[in-house]
Order: sequence, then C-alpha cells, then structure tokens
Amino acid sequence: MSDYNFAYLDEQTKRMIRRAILKALAVPGYQVPFASREMPMPYGWGTGGVQVSAACLVPEDRLKVIDQGADDTTNAVSIRRFFERTAGVATTGRTRDATLIQTRHRIPEEPLTRDQILVYQVPIPEPLRFLEPRETETRKMHSLEEYGLVHVKLYEDIARHGQIATSYAYPVKVEGRYVMDPSPIPKFDNPKLESAAVQLFGAGREQRIYALPPHCKVVSLDFEDHPFVPSKADHACDLCGSDTSYLDEVIVDDAGGRMFVCSDTDYCEGRREAGHLGRLAASGPSAPGQEDAA
Amino acid sequence: MTPLLQVKGLTQRYGARIGCADVSFDLYPGEVMGIVGESGSGKSTLLNCLAGHLEADAGEVIFDTRVDGPRDVRAMSEPERRMLARTDWAFVHQNPRDGLRMGVSAGGNVGERLMAVGARHYGDIRGQALDWLDRVEIAADRIDDRPTAFSGGMQQRLQIARNLVTGPRLVFMDEPTGGLDVSVQARLLDLLRGLVREMGLSAVIVTHDLAVVRLLAHRLMVMKSGHVVEAGLTDQVLDDPQHGYTQLLVSSVLQA
Repeated sequence: MSDYNFAYLDEQTKRMIRRAILKALAVPGYQVPFASREMPMPYGWGTGGVQVSAACLVPEDRLKVIDQGADDTTNAVSIRRFFERTAGVATTGRTRDATLIQTRHRIPEEPLTRDQILVYQVPIPEPLRFLEPRETETRKMHSLEEYGLVHVKLYEDIARHGQIATSYAYPVKVEGRYVMDPSPIPKFDNPKLESAAVQLFGAGREQRIYALPPHCKVVSLDFEDHPFVPSKADHACDLCGSDTSYLDEVIVDDAGGRMFVCSDTDYCEGRREAGHLGRLAASGPSAPGQEDAA
Repeated sequence: MTPLLQVKGLTQRYGARIGCADVSFDLYPGEVMGIVGESGSGKSTLLNCLAGHLEADAGEVIFDTRVDGPRDVRAMSEPERRMLARTDWAFVHQNPRDGLRMGVSAGGNVGERLMAVGARHYGDIRGQALDWLDRVEIAADRIDDRPTAFSGGMQQRLQIARNLVTGPRLVFMDEPTGGLDVSVQARLLDLLRGLVREMGLSAVIVTHDLAVVRLLAHRLMVMKSGHVVEAGLTDQVLDDPQHGYTQLLVSSVLQA
C-alpha cells in the first residue's frame, strides 16, 4: 500500500461518483452528468472507466483489465498497475475469477455472472453526436424520445454499402426508452449487453456515466428488412479453433500471410489449456505475446 | 367550415422593439396566404411565431388538429408541438441549407421525417423517397447523392420533397424562391402550385416578391413595421392597393 487514499480518489469524490452510478442504474441508458476529475493519465486512456472502477472497488475485489480483448497491452497493463499500487487489490487475467472488470472495446466471451461488475471506458457517450452536433438539441431529443435520426444513419449505411456497415459502437435502445452508445465494442458483442452482471459506462472527458442493470432489455436498432446481424470474421481461431468467438486478424509476413486469433486472450488461453487446437496452434507462428501455443 | 389555422392578436416584441404586433387572420383548408412587406417588416418573425420557432409574447395560434379538433398551439406541450411540426406541418426555409441535412444523402433527407414518425422498413422508405424525388423532378439516380452536389434549385426542391413526404396539411414557406434565378424560380413556382392543388395544402408564404404571391397566394397580407396594413384577395390588393405603403410597394416593381 502507498500513501494514496484507497483507489486513488478521495472519499468525497467516490461518493459523488457512486451517486451518479446509482442514478444511472435507476434510469438505464440515461447519461448522468458527473464532476469528472483529472486522473494521472491522458483523456482517451480510460479516465472515465478508471473513476468508475475506483468508486466501485473494495479491498476484497479481484480486478481484471481488458484492452481490445487483451490483458497484456499497454492500456490494460498500466491501469492494472495503477490499481495494484493505489488500491492494493488482487488482479487476475481470468474472466471467471474477476469480481470487477474494466474493459475497453470488448465484452469477455465467457458469460458474466451476477457477482461481477463490468466497467466500460467510453470515448463519446452521446449516440447522436455525429448526427446532431448541438448538445442542447441531443438532450432534448433524448428527453422527447425523438430517435428518428439514428435510423437516418443506418439508412445511409444501407444506401451506400448495401447493408448496415456500422460495425462498432452500434446504437442500442435500452428498456424501450433511451438510445445508448454501447462504447466502441464490436457489434458482435451487442447481444452480450443483456447480461447478469452490472454494466457501468464511464466517459471521463465528456463527464457522463450511464449503466445497464442486470438482465436489462437491450435492443440493437435496425430495419425490418435489414435486421441486425452480430457479425464477425468468417473463420475459426487459428490458435484455439473456436469458431464462435470474436477474431482479430493478424498479418504474419509480408507475403499476404495472415492468421485469425481470438481477440479475448483469456478465453483463447483457456481453450488451449483445455486441449482445443486451431490450425496453426502446434507448428505455425504464434500470436504476439502468446508464446507457447498449446 | 372550421379554419385550419386561426391566429388572434399574435404579438412578438424584441425588448422595446416590435417584431410583429396584433396579427390576426384565419386560414381555411386548401388556402394559400401570402405575406409581403419590406425587409424588417416582421414577416419572418410572424412566420416563426406561427411555426413555433419563436415563443410569441401574446396571442393565440389555433390549429385544427386531426384528432382533437381546434387547439391552441402555444398551450401545447413541447412533445406535442414537435410531433405536429413533423407530421401535419412543414417548414420550407429560404436557404435550403437550413432545412436539409447536408451530410446526408437525398434519400436520407426525404426519409428522415418518415423514420421520425416510426417507419422502420428500408424498402418502403426508399420507395417513398424515390416517389417524392420524382414528384419534385429530381432524377432517381441522384437519390444517393448528397445535397452538396445539387444546384440551388435542386436543393430547394429536395427541401420541399423532404417536407411534404409525411403529407402535411399546413406548410410554412419563408421566401421559397429567394436566391434562385428566374427560370429556376418559375419551375419551382409551377411545382409548388401543382403540389398545393394536388394535395389540397394550406400554406403561409412569406416573400418580398410580388410576382410569387400573385401566382401562388389566394389572399394577401401586407406588413409594415410589424403591423398588418392591408389584407384581402391577392388580385384585389395588388391591382387596387388602398394603403399608402401597399401603393408604394406595388409601384416599386420594375417592369421587365
């Protein structure tokens, strides 16, 4: 432990954030303003998520931090260290063992349980932002439930690309009321938003917190004749062989060679430990940071 | 017959200055009312008050709604008013850039009002958009182009299509032909006249162009310094102006 207050933030700040979180849980999908603090990291690196995590952490928690599905990238490592140092909590890479998971741009493949909290880092909380630049107007649109504009965006997608080309930050309607930006998760993850875990969204720069309570109804917006499709790369993981997980495409040489690997590194490792092998698992090149494939 | 729109004593002040004062008129279904006057005479203020863009200081604007009959628009709640504004009402801006979404394709622009009232079938929306582009004489292959790629006249026609797609009963137009050259103006007027007749629209048209009101409007109000100085049938007012200002206005038109 260090000279920091537990989890870096002072108690009054945590109290303020907790109140915002409670309000957000009471009105699912509604963006609650909060007095976001300066954090010892740049905006865009998860200042919102970190504040929400700090407000939720208790000494008994076991923390997992994901960055684009991986536990070992810069963002994940630095935030995990941050809480190791300032809160002294245990950390883990295993989804199943974690009680609090802070994530950037992914939802773990393994279904979450009622004992877990998932905290998202959100760059732009306003789903209508790029359609309507005025904040006064977007707030009015939310309060009056005027969401026709979201469909204009989807219409434009189909008109231009023949299908709904929005592949991440895909807008959802929560409990039939608020349209919400699920943060830049791939739309493959959208069905997982209906979860047993508490899901909290923190946007530090934009000073907003919103939330999904457990088993909240979350519908991805679409057209009747162009229904929502949670798409992924049409391959199986080259390391663990899973054909149901979300995949990253990795270029492995300069001759057009490529491999597909699970974006969720913990899920992939777990499967390999259980004996599942993919196309390149035994002999082929291993993905960065995953030395001993199988 | 109940008037579609009844305006009683509508007043809007900007501090000590008058925007428009004590304006009253009735508009019947299928009727087109023209409002003329010089710049700063309060015609746009009046139109914005009618359309609910400005909160008027006093007066009543009673609209004959489909469901509940005549109701004072100013006493409606904001959701009701906005609902009205995207179903039964339409507003055509002078500058099409104010009324269009410039970053969205022509089809998306026309479809927006449909989607705002709950249309969720892409094929239907696109079909209606195509139909409307055809009615305002925009080629079907321009449907996926953005309005930025359109000429001024096309933008204005697109704005009209976008506004009329939900079948409104009352259209407010603020200088719909302003900034267009005369031949384009003539086509647009032709189009408007056809649409008004075909759809049985009522309209309030603000303009400073007397030729436009002569063509489109059944009745005419002349405004000066925020007050209505003369009102009557269009031909009557233009051919036999009674008020000094109207006489000046009519005699100021250059003969080509």
